[in-house]
Amino acid sequence: MSIWSYANPVKFLALSAKVQPVLWVAAGGCVVVGLLWGFFGTPDDFRQGSTVKIIYLHVPSALMAINAWFMMLVTSLIWLIRRHHVSALAAKAAAPVGVVMTLIALVTGAIWGQPMWGTWWAWDPRLTSFLILFLFYLGYIALWEAIEDPDTAADLTSILCLVGSVFAVLSRYAVQFWNQGLHQGTSIPVATGERSVADVFWYPLLISMIGFGLLFLALVLYRTGTEIRLRRAQALRVRMEREF
Amino acid sequence: MPDLGKYAVEVLSAYAASLVLLAALILLTLRRGRAARAALKQVEAEAKKDG
Amino acid sequence: MIALLLRDLRLAFRAGGGFGLGLAFFLIVVTLVPFSVGPSPALLSSIAPGVLWLGALLACLLSLDRLLALDYEDGTLDLLVTAPLPLEAAVTVKALAYWLTTGLPLVLASPVLGVLLNLPPQGYGWLVVSLAVGTPALSVIGTFGAALTVGIKRGGLLLSLLVLPLYVPTLIFGAEAARRGAGGMEVATPLLMLGGITMATIALMPFASAAVLRRGLR
Repeated sequence: MSIWSYANPVKFLALSAKVQPVLWVAAGGCVVVGLLWGFFGTPDDFRQGSTVKIIYLHVPSALMAINAWFMMLVTSLIWLIRRHHVSALAAKAAAPVGVVMTLIALVTGAIWGQPMWGTWWAWDPRLTSFLILFLFYLGYIALWEAIEDPDTAADLTSILCLVGSVFAVLSRYAVQFWNQGLHQGTSIPVATGERSVADVFWYPLLISMIGFGLLFLALVLYRTGTEIRLRRAQALRVRMEREF
Repeated sequence: MPDLGKYAVEVLSAYAASLVLLAALILLTLRRGRAARAALKQVEAEAKKDG
Repeated sequence: MIALLLRDLRLAFRAGGGFGLGLAFFLIVVTLVPFSVGPSPALLSSIAPGVLWLGALLACLLSLDRLLALDYEDGTLDLLVTAPLPLEAAVTVKALAYWLTTGLPLVLASPVLGVLLNLPPQGYGWLVVSLAVGTPALSVIGTFGAALTVGIKRGGLLLSLLVLPLYVPTLIFGAEAARRGAGGMEVATPLLMLGGITMATIALMPFASAAVLRRGLR
């Protein structure tokens, strides 16, 4: 049985119902362990003091912000090519999760930069790129809401996701070009998941990243189920109206 | 509470904001999910009635 | 294709076609800037290239919803989708007409407005060049946004939300080219990047716009 059999909404819901409890528990466990360990069980950084503790929130959320969009891109392509409704609804379901992850990354990133830059926001290339990603998410969600016919909405948002992805990558380079001359080397240290982090910080960070990833999965599975149910209810209503 | 030193406000506000956002997302997700299940159940019941 | 182009141009120049609105908006925005940041010549001089680029970009954005809306309302859009002319070509022609009637006037008006903002003398040429190279990209990207929102009532605000993030790379390189030119610095890098963006978007965006129109109008 290939993975494509889960394009069937009924099968998807069945699998989702089986998998979710485990997923939620694992996600909750990892997030709690990762954050508690990071917050209480790690030392301060030599240069950054206690603000290094923000890493356990910032890096996982930033990672998921990007991964969420990437997942939306893949599922959008699957919809455009193979017309599996579950795929389109999964993309729709993932967007709000992605937007919240992006917001967390932005807020924690800005706060983390505060001691270094003296302001609550700085146009650091990485933060700026995330701000642009945030706008892409908003546009995507807004377009879903604005179009009445679900299949048309799925089509248009999928194409937007594709085009948006290209421009997001392009923007990343443009933004780096735009700000390279001003703040050399003061972007927030520690890129997503690099091994340049010392071991004592790395393990709680890893657990936290896994936790956020599992949380994303759990939320998307749950939300896709919600979308499937809403869609089915709408289809039934339409069919009933037609029968009169 | 570990000694957060001079960055206590920053660290705590980062954690508070993140947890609030996550909690809001989860709560809204669950609420929407419950509403969807209820709506589907109702429509399915109506559909069954009409046969 | 020529017929389509001429038709669009004629419609734009007719009364109610909105030809002068983009220019008027450009002027208004530029006029408002000194009121918001203060009249200091030095300050205005330093922000002039960026503000002029931003003003042109916003003026371009503003007229976008009428790009396809009128055709949608009178059924022309449905005809275009089903016509023997490839929809990608039709969309490109519409974007070209849009650039000729909206983008190009902005490019030509920019030096005049540069005077209002105390643009440095060596900046005029590069401002015009960067806008001339960049506004076509704004047109084709804007056409894509217009296609996405064509059937949506009061979709103007959504159109802006969708298009403005897509405009960021063009704005960054265009404004940087204008800024470096105004400062007497070398402009090759941003200008070449801008040119690259324009060529790539002209080549690729019509496919996306056509795909959107085909699926959106079903």
